[in-house]
Amino acid sequence: MYSDKVMDHFANPRNVGVLSDADGVGEVGNPVCGDMMTFYIKVDGDRLADVKFQTFGCGAAIAVSSMVSEMAKGKTIDEAMTITNDLVAEELGGLPKNKMHCSNLGADALHEAIQNYRDRKAGKASEAKPKAHDHEHEGFACPYCDSALAEEDKTFCRACRVEFEECPACGGITKRGDAKCVHCGVSLGAKG
Amino acid sequence: MKRVYLDHIAATPLLPEVREAMRPFLEEMFGNPQSLHAAGREAQAAVEAARGDVAALVGARADEIYFTASGTEANNFALKGLAAGQQAKGRHLVVSAIEHSSVLNSVKALERQGFSASLVPVDRAGRVDPADVAKALTKDTVLVSVMTANSEVGTIEPVAEIAAVCRERGVLVHTDAVAAAGSVPLDVKALGVDALSLAGDQFYGPKGSAALFVRKGVRILPLVDGGVQEGGRRGGTENVPAIAGLGAAARLAARDMAARAAALVPLRDRLLEELPRRIEHVVVTGSRTDRLPHQASFCVEFVEGEAMLLFLDMNGIAASSGSACTSKALKASHVLLAMGLDHATAQGSLVFSLVGETTGADVGTLLEVFPPIVDKLRKMSPLYTAFLKERGS
Repeated sequence: MYSDKVMDHFANPRNVGVLSDADGVGEVGNPVCGDMMTFYIKVDGDRLADVKFQTFGCGAAIAVSSMVSEMAKGKTIDEAMTITNDLVAEELGGLPKNKMHCSNLGADALHEAIQNYRDRKAGKASEAKPKAHDHEHEGFACPYCDSALAEEDKTFCRACRVEFEECPACGGITKRGDAKCVHCGVSLGAKG
Repeated sequence: MKRVYLDHIAATPLLPEVREAMRPFLEEMFGNPQSLHAAGREAQAAVEAARGDVAALVGARADEIYFTASGTEANNFALKGLAAGQQAKGRHLVVSAIEHSSVLNSVKALERQGFSASLVPVDRAGRVDPADVAKALTKDTVLVSVMTANSEVGTIEPVAEIAAVCRERGVLVHTDAVAAAGSVPLDVKALGVDALSLAGDQFYGPKGSAALFVRKGVRILPLVDGGVQEGGRRGGTENVPAIAGLGAAARLAARDMAARAAALVPLRDRLLEELPRRIEHVVVTGSRTDRLPHQASFCVEFVEGEAMLLFLDMNGIAASSGSACTSKALKASHVLLAMGLDHATAQGSLVFSLVGETTGADVGTLLEVFPPIVDKLRKMSPLYTAFLKERGS
């Protein structure tokens, strides 16, 4: 189900680890929705001199983290900010549809780390704050049947005739009107 | 690399005797069991012989066995067919929280048709308390369904006690025995159940072979309308090769069940005892006492199941997991969550299920190969790093 490149980055992930003297730290995800990533960056001038990460998650999540770290290392901060989820998935030779959200996490974690560095420089923050990752619906597949969601309406699966909404807690796509989020089990309030 | 197959709960290998029993019906004996001629009669004889063998496996009468194409179909047939058959009496169902999706989703479908349902919880070991079933029964309850055993955590449920509670109240009982039938002795009379599902691919028979036992005299409506096959309760030309294979597998299971269990239980127990000893922060899931003979399941903390499965697979070892990432719905196992495990722990779900050919050397290989995999994944886990930091301070 995974491309050779994904399997290579999963089995031999590049840049795993912690930078104790990091200039920026980005943390995204939570164990409830399955994946958690922490990115550490060391900045020299305006370049990412070093990038390290730690990931709790599936094969795709680990491969994505590894690829993001490889793509970001040596780039300027501005260049690193242009790394998108699509680019990561493309570099990996594609990801299964229902694993596309893992690529969102990877780029988000890197961008969080860069933001954290910028905040520190501006004297705003010193500690990274975990952030629930935003799932962009781009290229997302129905969590129930795995069919790709239509470009024009990503909140509706034509195959299942199910409407979706984004879970405010974990950002996962869940069925509209459900009492609980399908991913994290959080109560979705009034409708339930 | 020698392959080590530890995924009984996904599929068992086909026994050579079973394949031989199927072969004539894939080759020269292709007749339709409903035909009058000799070719039809020999196919029909095979179907009826298999019916007798499946009935004998669970202590039923041959005319109480209905062949289906899967355990899922048997469960759909039981839930929807029995509910529809009883709806004049009432429209409330009771099922456990850890049932297979074929039961839970059949219940959801029935709810859309105006039935209501109660989910009975389980304890930390995945066991249903018969008292909780009794509490869930209402005047309107017509059917209770609790599985015989859960494949994901291995726990065998107290079905006989549950059935006794229901019988007192005149409520029908179905049990999904797909994970248990052929592996543990089952007798529908001793269990006191009205319906029981089983599937051949869980005891060395072919895929696509399964059956539902329905006690004589219990009203069940068909799921598949058609001709006179299966007493008019399941239309469609019989899958004769699969049915012949199911019969052979049932015959062999009845003969060899005790010997198979005697060989597998020590291997299972070695895994259940040694894995948590060799790797820190590993919990056994399910009951230690009432447990399927071939099933050893765990949650490995700070790591995720799919990543472990991929590394095991690279080492030739096949296993399974209930982690969210391994499911297409990206949803953590409802079984583990119902048992009260938190999401992070449930993500580390891993199930090793032994088959007849599993050897002590296979278990030894797993015990050697697995700890470094966990080690490697923990080294890259932010959860483990956080845990170590907390423990250190």
